[in-house]
Amino acid sequence: MALRALLWLWLSVVIVLGLGLPMVATPAEWYELPVIPGLEDKARIIFFHVPTAWLAVVGFAMSLIYGVRYLRSKRIDDDIKSAASAGIGFMFCILATVTGAIWAKFSWGTWWNWDPRQTSIFVLLLIYGAYFALRSAVEGEERRATLAGVYAIIAGVTMPFFMFIMPRVLSSLHPEPILNTQGKLHMNTIMFIVFVASLAGFTGVYWWMWRVQVRTEQLHHRIGP
Amino acid sequence: MARAGRWLRSVAAVFDKDWRSELRTRYAISALLMFVVTTIAILMFSLGTEEAPPEVLSGMLWVVIFFAAMSGLSRTFVAEEERGTTMTLQLLTSPGAVYFGKLLFNLVLVTGLSAFTVVLYALFINGFVIKNVLLFVVTVAFGSVGFSAAATIIAAIIAKAATRGTLYPVLSFPVLLPLLLAVINATRLAAEGAVFADAAGEFQLLVSYIVVVVTASALVFEYVWKE
Repeated sequence: MALRALLWLWLSVVIVLGLGLPMVATPAEWYELPVIPGLEDKARIIFFHVPTAWLAVVGFAMSLIYGVRYLRSKRIDDDIKSAASAGIGFMFCILATVTGAIWAKFSWGTWWNWDPRQTSIFVLLLIYGAYFALRSAVEGEERRATLAGVYAIIAGVTMPFFMFIMPRVLSSLHPEPILNTQGKLHMNTIMFIVFVASLAGFTGVYWWMWRVQVRTEQLHHRIGP
Repeated sequence: MARAGRWLRSVAAVFDKDWRSELRTRYAISALLMFVVTTIAILMFSLGTEEAPPEVLSGMLWVVIFFAAMSGLSRTFVAEEERGTTMTLQLLTSPGAVYFGKLLFNLVLVTGLSAFTVVLYALFINGFVIKNVLLFVVTVAFGSVGFSAAATIIAAIIAKAATRGTLYPVLSFPVLLPLLLAVINATRLAAEGAVFADAAGEFQLLVSYIVVVVTASALVFEYVWKE
């Protein structure tokens, strides 16, 4: 309960600051955000879009880790954790796709243009979709858990290849997330603080949702079908 | 040495068993070949007398190979489940021998399938001209190995699921996509007449993809097989 209240308060502050702080060309006061040329007010999406994309990846990584743990331990608890993580990761993946598409509409003038970033998030969506299609097609919880774990591993090991092949096929217009190409921080102190606070807050939400989901599934499992 | 020799003999025996039962029924071979023939016929009808640019054609070649492979490659594991011979095979030999035997079998199927597709494609599709033939052949060879590597482990997974036919392309596509992008790119380069150095990145990716997928599959195959 306390965690929920804290997360609620935390994210409220982040949202108010992220949307409300003034953006000026040369920030003088501590509360002023810098204007990023070409992005202006559209840069505010960094506080909401980046955390969702981050959690989409975290959700899959945790699902993979618990999938591996299930294969070693054969405890159904690990599979519950793996599936719960994938479910919430999928939700954040959809959120990242949608917020990204909305931003693209206003920055690039089109909802979808197969930018490498859009392609990789699309592939992540496909992997999540395939993972759930597999889970729903297998009968018997142990068999389902094993096959889902193995599929997560196979999909997980092929994911890094996209980082390599994508830039060879298409060039990206996506802004660099935190650092620009020279490795220099684009943000000033307050922007960075709000950004990190948002990352932390959203990760907290993820963790809280995951706990609730795992607990619910554990109770379901104890009661039986 | 003796153990390695015995293991290799088991792999060969699994391959031989699959190959003989395939030659008796010709289930996978006929499914694959008919799929290629019908798809290329549809392509010819839709293209008519038009000449599509080589970039489009090199992409479409892999569309044909991908979906044809998806129609037949799951057979090797699904047949074991349907005949109820999985248990017998588990008792007789090690999971590793089964995996590599089936991988070899699928590799032969995919290589034959790719060769057949390329021949038909070159004969019947207008405007499909490859300027660097050697680069193209190497691309198809590497692509076939990568295809069979990913397709074999996914086939092992879906053989245990209830809805096998539709699930196979759904599960395979995200796993195969990096490979597909690389081979499509390399095929396009070959069509444009590029030299090997231009496609070095693609080949690095193909080789590392094959190594990673085969290694990961060999490690996790036992869990699927014993399920």
